[in-house]
Amino acid sequence: MTFALAVFCVLAAISVVSAVLMIVQRNPVNSALYLILNFFSLAALYLTLKAQFIAIVQVLVYAGAIMVLFLFVIMLLNLGDDKRLREHLGPKAYIAIGLVVALLGELVFIFSKSRADSVVALAPNAGQMGTVEFLGQVLYTKFLFPFEMTSFLLLAAIVGAVVLAKKKLQQ
Amino acid sequence: MSVEFIVEALVKIGLVLVINLTTVAYLVLAERKISAFIQNRLGPNRVGPWGLFQSFADIGKLFFKEDIVPSAANKFVHTLAPLISITVAMSTFAVVPFGNTFAFNGHDYKLMIGDVNIGILFILAMTSLGVYGITLSGWASNNKYSLLGGLRASAQMISYELSMGLSVIGVVMIAGSLQLDKIVIKQGEYLWGVIPAWNIVLQPIGFITFLIASFAETNRLPFDLPEAEPELVGGYHTEYSGMKFGLFFLAEYANMITASAVIVTLYLGGWQFPFVERFALPALAVTLLQMGAFAVKVALLLFFFMVVRWTIPRFRYDQLMSLGWKVMIPLALGNIIVTGFFLLFH
Repeated sequence: MTFALAVFCVLAAISVVSAVLMIVQRNPVNSALYLILNFFSLAALYLTLKAQFIAIVQVLVYAGAIMVLFLFVIMLLNLGDDKRLREHLGPKAYIAIGLVVALLGELVFIFSKSRADSVVALAPNAGQMGTVEFLGQVLYTKFLFPFEMTSFLLLAAIVGAVVLAKKKLQQ
Repeated sequence: MSVEFIVEALVKIGLVLVINLTTVAYLVLAERKISAFIQNRLGPNRVGPWGLFQSFADIGKLFFKEDIVPSAANKFVHTLAPLISITVAMSTFAVVPFGNTFAFNGHDYKLMIGDVNIGILFILAMTSLGVYGITLSGWASNNKYSLLGGLRASAQMISYELSMGLSVIGVVMIAGSLQLDKIVIKQGEYLWGVIPAWNIVLQPIGFITFLIASFAETNRLPFDLPEAEPELVGGYHTEYSGMKFGLFFLAEYANMITASAVIVTLYLGGWQFPFVERFALPALAVTLLQMGAFAVKVALLLFFFMVVRWTIPRFRYDQLMSLGWKVMIPLALGNIIVTGFFLLFH
């Protein structure tokens, strides 16, 4: 087992365990904390693929901004009694379990079919491709249109948020 | 990855940690002395000559105090929060260069821990993680004052992170890189051959917005609403005692050092010592002078942080928010546009 593979195994284990714990936890703050741990392990996985920019953006945007807002909302709502959060699923639970088993079976089947050597090795110029300069160049030339469209979408979301907030004030 | 690389990194990390922690101890003393000077008092002067060992007495006291966890608190998060605070405060220093590359025995030593391609983004990411320590401590204590402090902290830090990030963009546009090393080297040039091209000269508005945002991010007066004593008892650390409280205290001062070092790196020329290259000095002397220049600049900024704390009263909460969103962000955005036009037509 190479060093890189060992690092990957540890990070992958952390991310899977934290993802499961995030769903299983009753306490919403604990769930949020496990999700943050999951984001960190994912960011570290990106780093092993030499994608520095994506790794730091994962931490900056998801762990640093979005999850802070989540925690903020959870704390403001202060869902005191965790037991009331229990959902009454009924037959839906059995359908969900069946779907999960089917999906897991498919995944195992596909991975058992694929050969170990078909895993794509890291490209030799991966180190350059992960940098900010390279990503910026691609974003402003090849993917300019989708990039600008995304900024329009975000602007629409901001305007929508302002409109909703103003409506509440007038009532 | 060679053994030498790992040893070099470990030595640098150890040095930075030891120097940072010692500075923190003396910053606490300096703060008390400066506040005493401003308020026409003497300040601590009993422990050692001029009270020089006061900080060590304080640390000893904190270690021997009982660690009290409220019975209704979430014990795990209550312990985790101060650890997050101190880790984040210390690790930001990893990308700050404190000297030029130094050749010794045929090997180039970079006087910084990690010269990463995404240096500025790393700093922004770390400051954004700093919120967790305060917010979680406020929530885990299960106390209304703590919770209010935590909520204030998260709202305040998110608001000022935006203007912080936006004001850095001007610097990035000038240097053409996110690497702090390159930003500092770029500031070694001269305008008309006489004025050092530090970013404070090229980006005065960006400097002011970044400085104000740094005050807000480190929760120092006039932005210390998360721990405003007259309203919130002690804010997020009301329910902390002993060394856990000490860790928050340590984190505040470590944050101040890191913030000052980042401001120096981005706007005040970093380790640049103006005109030093015009004299034929030996390489070692130049390196030492540059490291000294960095230390002096950081010390002056720290002094500024302290003088501000003891002169300016606290903002009201709505004033804080309207300053952040209605003044700082438009200013920082305007700064980006002006910088862009300047770079385009220059």
